[in-house]
Amino acid sequence: MPKCLDCDADIILKPDVEAGEIVDCPDCGTEFEVRSLDPVKLDHAPQEEEDWGE
Amino acid sequence: MRLGVLCSIVRKEEKLIFEAFRERGVDFEKIDDRELVLDLHRRSFPWDIVLERAVNHARALHTLKLFNDRGLPTINTWDVANVCGDKVLTTNALVRARVPTPKTIVAYTPESALSAIETLGYPVVLKPAVGSWGRLVARANDQHAAEALLEHKQILGSYHHSIFYIQEYVEKSGRDIRAFVVGNETICAIYRMSDHWITNTARGATTANCPVTDELNEICVAAANAVGGGILAVDVFETEHGLQVNEVNYTMEFRNSIDVTGVPIHERIVDYTLAVGEASVPTA
Repeated sequence: MPKCLDCDADIILKPDVEAGEIVDCPDCGTEFEVRSLDPVKLDHAPQEEEDWGE
Repeated sequence: MRLGVLCSIVRKEEKLIFEAFRERGVDFEKIDDRELVLDLHRRSFPWDIVLERAVNHARALHTLKLFNDRGLPTINTWDVANVCGDKVLTTNALVRARVPTPKTIVAYTPESALSAIETLGYPVVLKPAVGSWGRLVARANDQHAAEALLEHKQILGSYHHSIFYIQEYVEKSGRDIRAFVVGNETICAIYRMSDHWITNTARGATTANCPVTDELNEICVAAANAVGGGILAVDVFETEHGLQVNEVNYTMEFRNSIDVTGVPIHERIVDYTLAVGEASVPTA
């Protein structure tokens, strides 16, 4: 089970999780991006950039 | 059909779209723009159609241009992204197509901008030409506020903040309309309600279903076609002079609108993408 990179809490991924999806740490709330599924690898979610949006 | 979906992070919208493709048994390739290496000397790409769902405007814009110039159809096209990504070009397109839109003036120096503001009358709204989610949108209620805003933009802003997009302030009674256009149909719409004058859902506005009247459908389809057509979200003000189109968005977000409207927007996006893709694949 992947762990929060900041507080070491367990992060439970849903069975239908996608690579690239943003997930939250249930304990500290930090956002992570699922960078790969096999093996599961998390990284800190990218910060909002000036040209993000619709 | 070789289908690509251009994206980076997977938001709720992309996840729903992926699921809808899979439910139809359609294979697709996720094209992560962070991993793209685009050789400008390349003549073709290995897809028949690409659905653009990138969160970065600049990356989407350049990638769509390279794709379209090599004959690869995209939803939406580079032309649409280029117009919708720049509020000056969007308003210009709406005005050219005679789609009602709030009065807007463009100026390039603080002095000319202040002069333009005085002709519109207070309050006015200043927006960055490029930007989303209500970022750095500012309302100036009087000359002192306008002068301060213009100076801050000039001194602190990046170069595109020196293009002053000045819009008359429209009293919207706490709500505006976000309508979703797919092809030539307004498939659904929501009211976005907020006590704040900025009513983006990204800024905390609440939502409710908005019936799609003939009048709303007509102005939204006209706005969508004015910017080039495709899959578009049209922001509409209800004014004492009738409906007016504020903005048109080309990579629309809709997570807060499916339950409210009862319309599976992601499925309509997928249906449209497949129809355009099948029409663009040459028959043997």
